[in-house]
Amino acid sequence: MHIVVCIKQVPDSAQIRVHPVTNTIMRQGVPAIVNPYDLFALEEALRLKDEYGGRVTVLTMGPPMAEAALRKAISYGADDAILVTDRAFAGSDTLATSCALAAAIGQIHKDMPVDLVFTGKQTIDGDTAQVGPGIAKRLDMQLLTYVSKVRSVDLDKHEILVERRSEGGVQLLKTSTPSLITVLEGTNEMRFATMANMFRASRYPVKVWNREQAGIEDVTKVGLKGSPTVVSKVFAPTLRAVKAEIIQCENNEPKDLAVTLLAKMFTKFPKIEQEIAKRAA
Amino acid sequence: MSEVTETKKPAGKKRFELSESLKAYKGIWVFIEHERGVIHTVSLELLGEGRKLADQLGVELAGVVMGTPGETTRSFCHEAFFHGADLCYLVEDPLLTDYRNEPFTKGLTDLVNKYQPEIMLLGASTLGRDLAGSVATTLKTGLTADCTELNVDLDARSLLATRPTFGGSLLCTIQTLNYRPQMATVRPRVMPMPERDASRTGRIVEDSLGMVESAIITKVLEFIPDEMQDKPQLPFADIIVSGGRGMKKPENFKLIWDLANMLGAEVGATRPVVQAGWVDLERQVGQSGKTVRPKLYIAAGISGAIQHRVGMDASDVIIAINNDPNAPIFDFAHYGIVGNAMTLLPALTEAFKVHLAVARKAG
Ligand SMILES: Cc1cc2nc3c(=O)[nH]c(=O)nc-3n(C[C@H](O)[C@H](O)[C@H](O)COP(=O)(O)OP(=O)(O)OC[C@H]3O[C@@H](n4cnc5c(N)ncnc54)[C@H](O)[C@@H]3O)c2cc1C
Ligand SMILES: Nc1ncnc2c1ncn2[C@@H]1O[C@H](COP(=O)(O)O)[C@@H](O)[C@H]1O
Repeated sequence: MHIVVCIKQVPDSAQIRVHPVTNTIMRQGVPAIVNPYDLFALEEALRLKDEYGGRVTVLTMGPPMAEAALRKAISYGADDAILVTDRAFAGSDTLATSCALAAAIGQIHKDMPVDLVFTGKQTIDGDTAQVGPGIAKRLDMQLLTYVSKVRSVDLDKHEILVERRSEGGVQLLKTSTPSLITVLEGTNEMRFATMANMFRASRYPVKVWNREQAGIEDVTKVGLKGSPTVVSKVFAPTLRAVKAEIIQCENNEPKDLAVTLLAKMFTKFPKIEQEIAKRAA
Repeated sequence: MSEVTETKKPAGKKRFELSESLKAYKGIWVFIEHERGVIHTVSLELLGEGRKLADQLGVELAGVVMGTPGETTRSFCHEAFFHGADLCYLVEDPLLTDYRNEPFTKGLTDLVNKYQPEIMLLGASTLGRDLAGSVATTLKTGLTADCTELNVDLDARSLLATRPTFGGSLLCTIQTLNYRPQMATVRPRVMPMPERDASRTGRIVEDSLGMVESAIITKVLEFIPDEMQDKPQLPFADIIVSGGRGMKKPENFKLIWDLANMLGAEVGATRPVVQAGWVDLERQVGQSGKTVRPKLYIAAGISGAIQHRVGMDASDVIIAINNDPNAPIFDFAHYGIVGNAMTLLPALTEAFKVHLAVARKAG
């Protein structure tokens, strides 16, 4: 079984700060990490490999430094890693990204037929959850989103059984391979990297493909040109500028503060008092 | 904004001219999501928003209902009229009984190609995101996910879709200029629920799916419903009591529960509290949690970071308890008490209790 896992290198958004005066992003020193959601996809692929045998290939589109994310994946146990990088990809939105990744998966498939493609649920920078569905449509694969568990794979029959989270419950779905699965967070826990794999990762020759090597002939389908959406404005949220009325009383005893607060609030917002009164009934 | 120069600018200041073929796309559509006989409220919220956009553009608002044949499915069209739609596209087929990507993508894509809407809105639910991504790729058009604000640029007849970016610290407005339809998803509770007017009517336009079961590869073997008993319903709660890292210890969260139980309220939390495992993920309020719009939101030991704020800013009244007078939460709460949550929460619980007792006697 051959599984391709799409992973993305993202800035650790927990550490991004906005400059208070200029409203620009301060990216200096913000570490790049593997998109946390993608680790669930990778672990699920490695788990299936342990159970059914086969190979796991990790794929990313990004700048040359994104190679580090692939090395990380190798250290966890991925077999092969491919970085698709080209200036032509700059400014890609989700449609253009899915185009480039789908083409690359097509190339990978030529070397070794692909049974499953895994992606994370979403990225923490793009945050759209659209790239997975996009790849599936472009490759005409069955799309299974928000999968919480791969129950079983029947390699001979090309059948796969998965649990998919939907609104209000879980769907048990049967479909055929090749298919694309977006893996839900919390599905599994990432294993530790072994010494052997860490060693392998440090020396692994990541394959680097440019646009042509990734199988994209038409430049207008990727990057800015291939992106129907344009960002027309980036701005800081205009926030309501009413300051809270700070409740104070002579001794600032908790009890008095609480009573004063309720009295003020019920006078100004009788609707809240009615809402509370409803609960007395 | 030097840091964002990699994003491209729309066609400068010169007037944007839409090509003739794209001008044929007219009207606003809202995909009406439903599961097991119930409409998803996000679809109704979107009808309210869609109504505004349709009026600005001077076009009709349509609902799109796809489902198993029968009265229930049909009733969703009327529900769409009650919430602002002028017409409803209806596709009834037994193949649409359970949600599956393939038949829904085909059905919706066919409708778009036939009737050509200029804007199409879907809920950012598991179903909506699955469907929106597939339909946008099939149609090769632009899709903006998880929008928090929708407007139109009347000159370009273009949807201005605003969403958080860079971890929520900034917002960006995204346009789809040369492609139609312009697609966007919006999370539940981000838009207000419009008034329901049961006297409104509209036209139903029926269409067929044109597919057979044997052509659909993915089969639903079983549906395992969630156990509903204890599932918190934060997005629809009228009162929420939330705690943050300032509660210090998981045991102290009992003070939050005490107040909530007394008020018949739901308990909410900030992300660090959820990540520490003090309460479950269903209760996280904010950008990566739930969006809530209660009548009253009580926040204890919460600093008021932007990622938390966006999830609860639409609350009617916000009370903040924090021992730091400079905590950002005081910049947008309606009432603030500066002090220790451990003593103030029990005092507040007591004050509400007394008030309730008085109200009971009076009633
Ligand atoms: C991509 C991204 C997504 C995020 N999504 C979310 C989200 O969905 N929801 C969310 O909540 N956060 C989210 N965050 C995290 C967010 O940025 C903040 O870190 C978080 O909201 C802070 O939680 P807090 O207010 O509980 O903790 P803190 O910021 O640590 O604040 C604790 C507060 O408690 C006060 N305090 C301390 N002791 C007491 C006491 N005894 N009595 C009263 N007050 C006291 C302190 O003065 C302080 O103001 C996200 C961050 C990122 C980067
Ligand atoms: N540049 C990329 N390279 C590889 N995989 C990606 C890339 N962008 C997105 N993905 C995959 O698509 C998923 C959804 O991304 P998004 O639509 O940006 O939320 C991610 O979890 C990744 O698995």
